[in-house]
Amino acid sequence: MIRVVIAELRKLRRPSLLLGTIATVGGLSALFTSIVFLMINSKDGNTKRGESIGPKELSEALGLVYGFKLVGVFLGVVALCIFASQTAQEYSLGTLRNLLVRQPSRMKILAGKFIAMKLFALVMVLFAGALSIAISFALAGRAKVDTTAWGTSAAMHLLFESALNIFIATLCFGTFGAILGLLLRSPISAIAVGVLWNLILENILAALINSTAKWLPGINFANLGEGGNPKLTYKHSITVSLGYLIISGALAAVLFKKRDVAN
Amino acid sequence: MNKTGIPAISASDLSKNYGERAALSHGSFIVPAGSICGFVGPNGSGKTTTIRMLLGLITPSGGSATVLGESIKHPEKYLPRVGAMIEGPAFYPALSGCENLKVLAELGGFPLSRVDELLAKVGLADRGSSKFKTYSLGMKQRLGIAAALLPNPELLILDEPTNGLDPSGIQEVRGIIKDLANGGTTVFVSSHILSELEMICEYLVMLREGKVIFSGRTQELLSSQKPMIIARPEYEVDLTKLTNTLSEAGYQITIVDGNLHVIAAKEASAEINRLAFDSGITLSSISIVLPTLEETFFEMTGDDR
Repeated sequence: MIRVVIAELRKLRRPSLLLGTIATVGGLSALFTSIVFLMINSKDGNTKRGESIGPKELSEALGLVYGFKLVGVFLGVVALCIFASQTAQEYSLGTLRNLLVRQPSRMKILAGKFIAMKLFALVMVLFAGALSIAISFALAGRAKVDTTAWGTSAAMHLLFESALNIFIATLCFGTFGAILGLLLRSPISAIAVGVLWNLILENILAALINSTAKWLPGINFANLGEGGNPKLTYKHSITVSLGYLIISGALAAVLFKKRDVAN
Repeated sequence: MNKTGIPAISASDLSKNYGERAALSHGSFIVPAGSICGFVGPNGSGKTTTIRMLLGLITPSGGSATVLGESIKHPEKYLPRVGAMIEGPAFYPALSGCENLKVLAELGGFPLSRVDELLAKVGLADRGSSKFKTYSLGMKQRLGIAAALLPNPELLILDEPTNGLDPSGIQEVRGIIKDLANGGTTVFVSSHILSELEMICEYLVMLREGKVIFSGRTQELLSSQKPMIIARPEYEVDLTKLTNTLSEAGYQITIVDGNLHVIAAKEASAEINRLAFDSGITLSSISIVLPTLEETFFEMTGDDR
């Protein structure tokens, strides 16, 4: 399986994908973190849904990771697109047959691919986090935010916890994308369905029928990245997310193992 | 067969059904180890389906087969010794030819040093660093052949390896196949260029509508067909008279460009010559032409030319 991971990483580190992803997540991370600090006194708000967070709150340990946490859900969407395209393209390009001739164990191919994509997602999250923190420090002075608390052990703990939660949420979104890729076997279809469902349809459903919100996969994945909230606990979200991913993942894995490779 | 007498490929009643349609129906054939075996049949006759079953990509609906002595139920036991190019080359467009081969080399556990060696072998040494999407069809095909050679295979399965290649490319592929066969590699090759297969294949497996209609030595197939006797009278005015004479003697004749084409056993040439002489006609030429593989193929498959 190690050989599959190494081969997959060679595909994932191609400049067009790696640099494209770094530019995208870097751009998102820079944008969201900058808005928090640059629009700190704006009446339009400086955080999600027009809300505001001021210098006092940002001067606490939370200020270190605030921008990073905002970008978390978008990292998930990027991971969804990458995982979906990397999985589905093996069918659309016809390259799956080459892979299976060189490594006949389909489960090893699947597991190796998944591990490599996880590593790629980890790099993506760490880069976004590092850039967000660097920008936070750079803009704190201008926003009159005191960074003394950002160096405390509480802030380090919060940073580790946030990075872990965002990584878990990113993996959930990515796995959701990979499952769609395996089921739909077309990168465009898998990405379109995944993004439409998570960013649009779930929000419409949740707005129309409020009680559905806590059972929808995308909302629960995003909630994991935010570390949970009183209305939707972390424990509930991890249970629902794992439920979705284990059932749909098992179905996709069985299909991948049994399905004829006829294209 | 090899020294142990085990054929490279042996299929017995191998079948694959898609719903009501049989892509391959009870296919039985043998590919002797160390041979070059052609795999021919019209489009949709089941060639690619058969190759995919042999490579473990699709599950047979019935029957059995072995590759290098191992059941196709366990492709992991023989695929490390098999090279294959199926239905044209499929690679990652954004990776270079070299990177594409490295992906497969890493996956199969082959030394990366083989990549440069193989790129040189297929004439892509100077384009190895170019992205696959910039390759011409011929270059893509060459890369596919290089990928198939990665494991230094005991059995090489090639599906239409000369598609898109220019005449010199075709000649190079023919040379590669012959070299491999001389080194003991079994080559199982499907192609639409039947004249190519006739030149290099000692054995043939022929399919029609999902059924194996011939499996054996190429020479055996060709010699089982009636040859064509081509006779040309010295004077064109004698053409009709000679046609009538031979028709009366029971021969079936067609006239092509002033020549009489007679499908008959080669022994009939003497009688044709005598009948012409007795009718006062001098033949300027008479020759016996064995059917080509292409003619035999069309004859056996009933395919339209």
